Amino acid sequence: MTLPGPLSFQDLILELHRFWSAQGCVILQPYDVEVGAGTLHPATVLRALGPRPWRAAYVQPSRRPSDGRYGENPNRLRQFHQYQVILKPNPPDMQALYLASLEAVGIDPAAHDIRFVEDDWENPTVGAWGLGWEVWCDGMEISQYTYFQQVGGLDVSPVSGELTYGLERLALYVQGVDNVYDLAFNDPQSPDFKTYGQVFLESEREFSAFELEAADVAVLKRQFEDMEAAVPRLLARTGRQGQPLALPAYDHVLKASHLFNLLDAAGAIAVAERQSYIGRIRDLCRACAQAWVAIEAADA
Amino acid sequence: MPQFLLELFSEEIPARMQSGAARDLARLAREGLARDDLAFETLGAFAGPRRLTLVVEGLPAAQADRTEERKGPRVGAPEAALNGFLRSAGVARDDLVARDGVWFATIARPGRPTAEILATLVESIVARFPWPKSMTWGAGRLRWVRPLHSLLCVFDGQVVPAAVEGVRVGDVGEGHRFMGPRRPFRARDFDEYRQALDAHFVVLDAEDRKRLILERGRALCAARGLELVEDAGLLEEVAGMVEWPAPILGDMDPAFLALPPEVVRTSMRTHQRYFAVREAGGGRLAPHFLCIANIDSADGGALIAAGNARVLSARLEDARFFWDADRATPLEGRLETLKGVTFHAELGSMHDRVVRIEALARRIAPLVGADAALAARAARLAKADLASGLVGEFPELQGVMGGYYAAHQGEPAAVAQAVRDHYRPQGPGDGVPAQPVSIAVALADKLDTLAGFFSIGQAPTGSRDPFALRRAALGVIRIILENRPRLGLDALLAASATPFDRPPAGLRAFFADRLKVMLRDLGQRHDLVDAVFALGDDDLVRIVARIDALSAFLATDDGANLLAGFRRAANILAAEARKGPLPEGEPARASSPPEEAALFDALAGARAGIAARDAEDFAGALGALADLRAPVDAFFETVLVNAEEPEVRDRRLRLLACVSDLMRKVADFSAISG
Repeated sequence: MTLPGPLSFQDLILELHRFWSAQGCVILQPYDVEVGAGTLHPATVLRALGPRPWRAAYVQPSRRPSDGRYGENPNRLRQFHQYQVILKPNPPDMQALYLASLEAVGIDPAAHDIRFVEDDWENPTVGAWGLGWEVWCDGMEISQYTYFQQVGGLDVSPVSGELTYGLERLALYVQGVDNVYDLAFNDPQSPDFKTYGQVFLESEREFSAFELEAADVAVLKRQFEDMEAAVPRLLARTGRQGQPLALPAYDHVLKASHLFNLLDAAGAIAVAERQSYIGRIRDLCRACAQAWVAIEAADA
Repeated sequence: MPQFLLELFSEEIPARMQSGAARDLARLAREGLARDDLAFETLGAFAGPRRLTLVVEGLPAAQADRTEERKGPRVGAPEAALNGFLRSAGVARDDLVARDGVWFATIARPGRPTAEILATLVESIVARFPWPKSMTWGAGRLRWVRPLHSLLCVFDGQVVPAAVEGVRVGDVGEGHRFMGPRRPFRARDFDEYRQALDAHFVVLDAEDRKRLILERGRALCAARGLELVEDAGLLEEVAGMVEWPAPILGDMDPAFLALPPEVVRTSMRTHQRYFAVREAGGGRLAPHFLCIANIDSADGGALIAAGNARVLSARLEDARFFWDADRATPLEGRLETLKGVTFHAELGSMHDRVVRIEALARRIAPLVGADAALAARAARLAKADLASGLVGEFPELQGVMGGYYAAHQGEPAAVAQAVRDHYRPQGPGDGVPAQPVSIAVALADKLDTLAGFFSIGQAPTGSRDPFALRRAALGVIRIILENRPRLGLDALLAASATPFDRPPAGLRAFFADRLKVMLRDLGQRHDLVDAVFALGDDDLVRIVARIDALSAFLATDDGANLLAGFRRAANILAAEARKGPLPEGEPARASSPPEEAALFDALAGARAGIAARDAEDFAGALGALADLRAPVDAFFETVLVNAEEPEVRDRRLRLLACVSDLMRKVADFSAISG
């Protein structure tokens, strides 16, 4: 019998899926709109609102255009992957569940130094904040753990517990690798073995150049304004069945948010303008949150 | 005597809140016990990552019985009023006593059991705890800093039945998350509790955790010929992040030591909470770090050290990326970026500020012996590092990085040093810049801030000082007093006010206030500051020298007696002034009585003596005043000011007025109290 080696990148995801599935989570797919963080998936931002219980887990590719390093930095990526869990309401033993999930992917808390370090999470573009920690494993931040207090500018009740695992960091740790592009993406014993670099390096190189050099600022600004205009227009109407259009409106908020990130990476947003852009996105998000809460209240 | 033990067990409490939480817990308990008349012998509170603990020794088993006397209606009041009183007091008519025509009831209040009072106290502590930031969790409404899980709440060996929403209350506690038995323990008193925590790998007292970190950290370093770079703030923080402190010495790639030491230290401290390590004997940084783990691992920490070393490498790699990128752009090239950085909505961009500081530094330079061109150059570059990558990453390195970048691009040493030091002093413990160019830029930086915010009506009020203007003014004062340039504050304030539309109303008085506060903190008498300030001088160095000299003078016999004489003269003059206008003009010299003639002559001598000294020789002027002491004393002893003959009275009043005026020229003796 051979000892199992450390988990590959995809086995890490599969283990987390198995673990959280057993906790009653619906296992969702990544949201198909560009986002900067897994939290922005409507399965978290919108489902955290309103009274209904909800448990979900999913992987979300997260785009951070200003972190582009052309594939030359072993630790920084313009697109990385977050594993996102939301438990609403948070169970009393959520910390223990989280620690058990770490053991499930091969991190033994008797051999490693696991710490919950104060980090009050805030995402001003979606008017959300919560209290919690960044979780350290031997000094490396491997997860963000948050009890949401407000989303879309609205107080939440019940409170959702949110876990965000940085999958690349976790994999670096589990595999004992220093360079993200050297991570085993699938089983290293497989004849079809691929590294993380073989899967994503070209994308990092091309998108870094796009986002930092080739973005068309005038077009991006226009697109931002189009998205901004679409949100109130969508929220003001109902569909043929009388249904509101909160979810399509929220998609446009996400697009506006991503366009803002692209503008920022292109250096097109002066420091003095930042707050105003963030405020505009937050207002859009708040309007969607209110629309969603109204739907939840009508259904309840 | 019975003991009360309370542990509030929660998820991880932010380290920075723990010592305040221990104090608040002790205070709330003390206040609550006092409210219910429960005396105790000792009270102690502890805070750690997952628990707040309170132990109160020497409580009584129950409150003492108390009686309360309540005043009722007058004797003979209507029956209805009397019955109402009896009902509300819960006594029978036979229990009433009449005194001075009024009914009094004596109500017995039997003492409640302490346990019952403690249950209420615990509930109120949980409900009212002043966390800087608290939260709700799950579907509940209870607020705590993080989810609260259980209370260990025992009085005299028995569980106190406090009721807190959704929280277990009992005699059961939990130890370390990962070490030891990892199952709950029981504790019925503080000794059992401490023993259980020991067995479950929890160090209860933050002071013990700090001591262990320091002792073991120092020993680990010493064993390899190294020295821990101690850092009290960091120690406090890491002691709040571990229940079982396990220092581990890790290695780092020596190549990173090519980075500025401030960058290495700040990166270690801010991101990773590591202590830096240097060569023994206070030498340069060594390629190691000390991290404080929360567990003893089977491999002696090798895996943990390796993991931490990898993280630190990534951090320093990032810092090196910024350091290299930052040096590729000349500081001047960053000024354009500062146009987009708002300093304050009404005071323009950071670039506007640079332009103002540059002009001001150029004007201040000759006053502090600095080369005006160098001062202007340094001021122009002083803020450029705010747009650099490393300062973006570590804002606390502003100035420091600018200094490195200025040196890197070949600026004169005085310019680089001024860029580096112009924010100083950044607090009471920080030194002031000492080189002339640095002094000019540091003064310009602070004066621009002060004049700007005062000109838009943003002077500090009460405890609100959002732009740290008090610190800025104190910085100006300290820079001047410690370097002793001779300059008039009024001219400085006028120069700093020129760029603004409105005058900085109240700024001069603000400086006078700050100086008073500073001197008072140094143990100087507040009233002496007033006495010297009333002269209208604006040379801070001279003002302080005068205060020192006046203080010394008043400590002498001559000074004390002369002050008494001054007061006597002032009282007589004030009394006469109430009767009618005082005679004006110089007194004539009277040949008798001799005491009056002597005072007249002494006055003339003192006047000449004071006139002959320049403004700097304040001690000399006070010495000249001292010559008046004996004639003033003799005058008051033998001469009646209020003489029968009006012309004699007028002459003597004129003489006293001259004495008083001369003294006030040296200091405002009327402002001196005590």
